[in-house]
Amino acid sequence: MLRRVLLSPAGIIGLITLLIIVGMALSAPYVFPKGPWSLVARPYLWPGQREGLIFGTDALGRDILAGVFYGSRVSLLVGIVATACALLIGITVGAVAGYFGAAADAVLMRITDAFQTIPGFLFAVVLVSILSPSIATIILAIATVSWPPVARLTRAEVLRVRESEYVQSCKVIGMSAPRIILTQVLPNSLSPVIVAAAVLVATAIITEAGLSFLGLGDPNVMSWGTLINVGRPSIRTTWFICIIPGLFVVLTVLALNLLGDAINDALNPHLRRR
Amino acid sequence: MDRQFWTYLGWRGAQSLVIIAIVIVGSFLLLHLVPGDMVDVLGGQRGDMDAEMMADLRARYGLDRPVLVQLLEYIGAVLRGDLGYSFRNSTDVLSLVLQRLPTTILLVVCSVITAVFIGTMAGVVAARHSHRLIDVVISMVVLVFYATPIFLTGLGLMIVFSVKLRLLPIGGLMTPGFGGNWLELVTNVVTHLILPVLSLSLFYIAIYTRLARASMLQVLEQDYIRTAYAKGLSTYNVIIGHALRNALLPVVTMVGLQIAELFGGAVLTETIFSLPGVGRLAYDAVFERDYPLILGVLLVCSFIIIMVNLIIDIIYTLLDPRVEVSR
Repeated sequence: MLRRVLLSPAGIIGLITLLIIVGMALSAPYVFPKGPWSLVARPYLWPGQREGLIFGTDALGRDILAGVFYGSRVSLLVGIVATACALLIGITVGAVAGYFGAAADAVLMRITDAFQTIPGFLFAVVLVSILSPSIATIILAIATVSWPPVARLTRAEVLRVRESEYVQSCKVIGMSAPRIILTQVLPNSLSPVIVAAAVLVATAIITEAGLSFLGLGDPNVMSWGTLINVGRPSIRTTWFICIIPGLFVVLTVLALNLLGDAINDALNPHLRRR
Repeated sequence: MDRQFWTYLGWRGAQSLVIIAIVIVGSFLLLHLVPGDMVDVLGGQRGDMDAEMMADLRARYGLDRPVLVQLLEYIGAVLRGDLGYSFRNSTDVLSLVLQRLPTTILLVVCSVITAVFIGTMAGVVAARHSHRLIDVVISMVVLVFYATPIFLTGLGLMIVFSVKLRLLPIGGLMTPGFGGNWLELVTNVVTHLILPVLSLSLFYIAIYTRLARASMLQVLEQDYIRTAYAKGLSTYNVIIGHALRNALLPVVTMVGLQIAELFGGAVLTETIFSLPGVGRLAYDAVFERDYPLILGVLLVCSFIIIMVNLIIDIIYTLLDPRVEVSR
């Protein structure tokens, strides 16, 4: 499967871009040992105006390049952990609803409906502001608003697998329900969920940036959204402070989407786009 | 209308009621997650209240009663349209929200129409010329639109069109103190709405283009399209009159699913372009720690979304009789 992903141009471009971003995240403390908060020069220096500061400085005279490097750590961390939490909740709810059906299904799916009805981003804003902004609450809020599609997807797949003969035979030999779900049903129904995960990470990164943009980011960490928020008051003149970190968000999300598409094509060769 | 349809309607209606109930209970729980209650906020504001006064106030507002009783009271109040009182604005929450709602609805509706229109057009063109240059170009543009966060699109458009080119206003719903006849007023509001609508709809343009392209490609392979061509109809007639009608169904479904997200996106667009809508109201409420107001916005938006979805589902079954009317 990995070979198929690597054979498609979209998959390669996505993977390489993503590896570069991961490289930035891992190397940040070595490239910028003084951290993203240290003041390096005069504020509002344009990119390239002074040697060594290729992205210029922000409103307080901090190096934007350092902010971008450190920001990638936060964005990737939030994206991955929030997605992992969303997958955990979504897969559990979807599997229980799909496998047991009847009352469990009705109750869990109405709750899923309710969560899908509430405007996701607004809900995340409310949660973060009530629980006060920190990396943990941001991750919690993003996971809370992004699990419903996972639950629906898992449920649909579980419904399909549930009636198959190998699951029936497991029931006949007296295997317990949790064991059937974990060892038989889920391994055979998770491939569409894996594809969805790439898009979920992308959405989580966008949501985190949006929250920090509104000033609801963790005040103790430098994220791409923090930089954008810092640059907003001076948008009329020094717009690059907002746009540079913004472009890194776009790049990361683009790479994740390309990779997700490539994985999707590799998993379903018969659905390959015409 | 046959009986099956009415059964379906009843079932969907009941389902919507259950969802509304869950949302109301959830909102109550959130309100109780907030550290400190309404009286603490009030006391903090005035600074001259002693413990006795605060206990007195709690008793008056019923905050000293068991949580379950408070929950039932809350549900009753919400059903009567009483969403609480915003001490920061000295008004009741519902009238504040209703006053701001038209702006948001205008923004969301314009964005949906723009996204569906441009998205389907682009999708049809791409499908019609699939795998040729124009299709590749459209696909790449769409990919970038799809990856760009709403606030970045907003900021980018603002820099280019308001700051650099000075073509469009930088924010607000209309020029302050604007006086003129209704035509000038409409033009004024439209020029103020162009950038917010564009920035909110760009992401959805991307989604609908992809969807319309895929669904068009599928429809164009059907037998009745070949029949239409064989009758001697022009390409235009076949595409618009025969193929598009059927290719639009998945787009309609998608709109229903995304109304909720659009209201979320409105928070960002309204904040960037200082539009006086409910999104901006929620943003201000967050920083004033006005929790009844925030939850009021959340409740009203959810209610609208539930209603819109119900209506779309009904229209859908009327439009396409093949859609299975069942549970």
